[in-house]
Amino acid sequence: MASDTLTSAQRSDVEISGLDALEIAGRDKEQSRLNRLWAGIWPKVAALALTIGIWQVVVWTGWKPPYALAPPGPVFADLVDYVTSPALWDGLAATGRRAALGFTAAVVIGLALGLAVARVPVLRAAIGSMITALQTMPSIAWFPLAILLFGLTEQAIFFVVVLGAAPSIANGVIYGVDYVPPLLLRAGRNLGARGLNLYRYVIAPAALPAIVAGLKQGWAFAWRSLMAGELLVVIASTTSIGTQLTYARELSDAERLISVMIVILFIGLLVDAAFGAADKAIRRRWGVLDPAGQ
Amino acid sequence: MTSTTTAPCSATTPVALHGVTKVYGRGTNAVLALDGVSLDVAPGEFVCLVGASGCGKSTLLNLVAGLDRPSGGRIELPDGVNPGLMFQEPALFPWLTVEGNVEVPLKLRGLPRAERRERVAELLRTVHLADFGRKRPHELSGGMRQRVALARTLALDTPVLLMDEPFGALDAMTRDILHDELERIWTERKLTVLFVTHNVREAARLADRIILLSSRPGRIIHSTRVDVPRPRRIDSPEIAAIAADVTDRIRTEVGRHGQ
Repeated sequence: MASDTLTSAQRSDVEISGLDALEIAGRDKEQSRLNRLWAGIWPKVAALALTIGIWQVVVWTGWKPPYALAPPGPVFADLVDYVTSPALWDGLAATGRRAALGFTAAVVIGLALGLAVARVPVLRAAIGSMITALQTMPSIAWFPLAILLFGLTEQAIFFVVVLGAAPSIANGVIYGVDYVPPLLLRAGRNLGARGLNLYRYVIAPAALPAIVAGLKQGWAFAWRSLMAGELLVVIASTTSIGTQLTYARELSDAERLISVMIVILFIGLLVDAAFGAADKAIRRRWGVLDPAGQ
Repeated sequence: MTSTTTAPCSATTPVALHGVTKVYGRGTNAVLALDGVSLDVAPGEFVCLVGASGCGKSTLLNLVAGLDRPSGGRIELPDGVNPGLMFQEPALFPWLTVEGNVEVPLKLRGLPRAERRERVAELLRTVHLADFGRKRPHELSGGMRQRVALARTLALDTPVLLMDEPFGALDAMTRDILHDELERIWTERKLTVLFVTHNVREAARLADRIILLSSRPGRIIHSTRVDVPRPRRIDSPEIAAIAADVTDRIRTEVGRHGQ
């Protein structure tokens, strides 16, 4: 063997790289991008087609008259009209502004609150369980109080959106900080990370997946609260998406009603997908994504 | 002083433990984990601590690392020395690349970027992972991860290394090779090593001195000097003989708890 002529240090080098090569071989198998995309898309398309099919069949059975349950054809025709009309874009602007404002405030409050509760034992004892209790409160139940406090105003909607989303975000932070593996904390401290540096180098990045999960859930609550708010708190001067949904019902415009619902659903899915992508990217970096399950 | 460029700090005074005691809990629930452990580890010495379960080996390392305080006694370290600590798990940060992990202690010490990059490359060469800097920990094998952890600990530039069963989770082949690696790095950098293991052969393979701890509470009950010249092989008869002797003593100690 060639290794007989090598010095012991050289041989050790050769052995070590040989072992490394053997151990990590075959770990980099990747499906082609196109295959993955297709595998992700076709079940969704099939499910959508099935849903529309069932909808059409229900309409054909004559269970409800077309002015109550519009058939898919006219709805899609109306949807095309709606998407190309300024009404949608005005509505999106109004609703989007509320969503962005409310969610941003909820993020700021949720992060600060979560961090405070995670760090300060007294605060945790005082309000830790209250945050979870708040989370279980259906946000629509806040509206009577909000309307009493602020009247039929933007503030009433803002109030409920923030109350709906902030507890989830705070809980994400608390959970994330609590479940930082103690071993990583010990390692971080041994490497010289104390105090604020421990947060910056270990706790914050380790808690990130839980924080993103909290943000995602917070968004879902914010979006629901906002839609509830726009249906309940109709402000005459604005034509938000929710307001348009109310008007469609009042005017018995069955096609438009479902068109607006489709838009609401679509926006919800879109933002959820964005959070999902962020979550997946983090998990892939961390190596906790099961490659068979993606 | 030293010929290597990156060992600014070989220790000159020993790591000294004077009557170190550690009690967990209070009152009737109190558990005495360590009882009056006194030990001197000379500069450049490789000491292995062995013992059965419950001998407080890991507790001892935590105390020396400053992650916990002794209930009694004193621990003396050379001036300004912060010992580096390695665990059975690599404890790498999964959100960072291999390079990023090794860079953390350098960042925390405030080294400028260019110097950090240079040091990271040098450290990765030391543990034979120069080509894996951009990988993430989960893309590596267990042995490679533990080498990254070693590089990260070496980045502390500390002369004192504390190792808590660092190779316990690895297969025998990988472990043998890492023994060679550790021995080489220990020699090159003139490190002082306090190494905890329950693998007696590993202790005999690596140590200048094997310290045997009793269980519940942990006390030093025996000390064996290993005078086998290096490089050693874990399967050599001399190592096997020393390991057999230490194993007998551990069994006697374990048997004492069975009565």
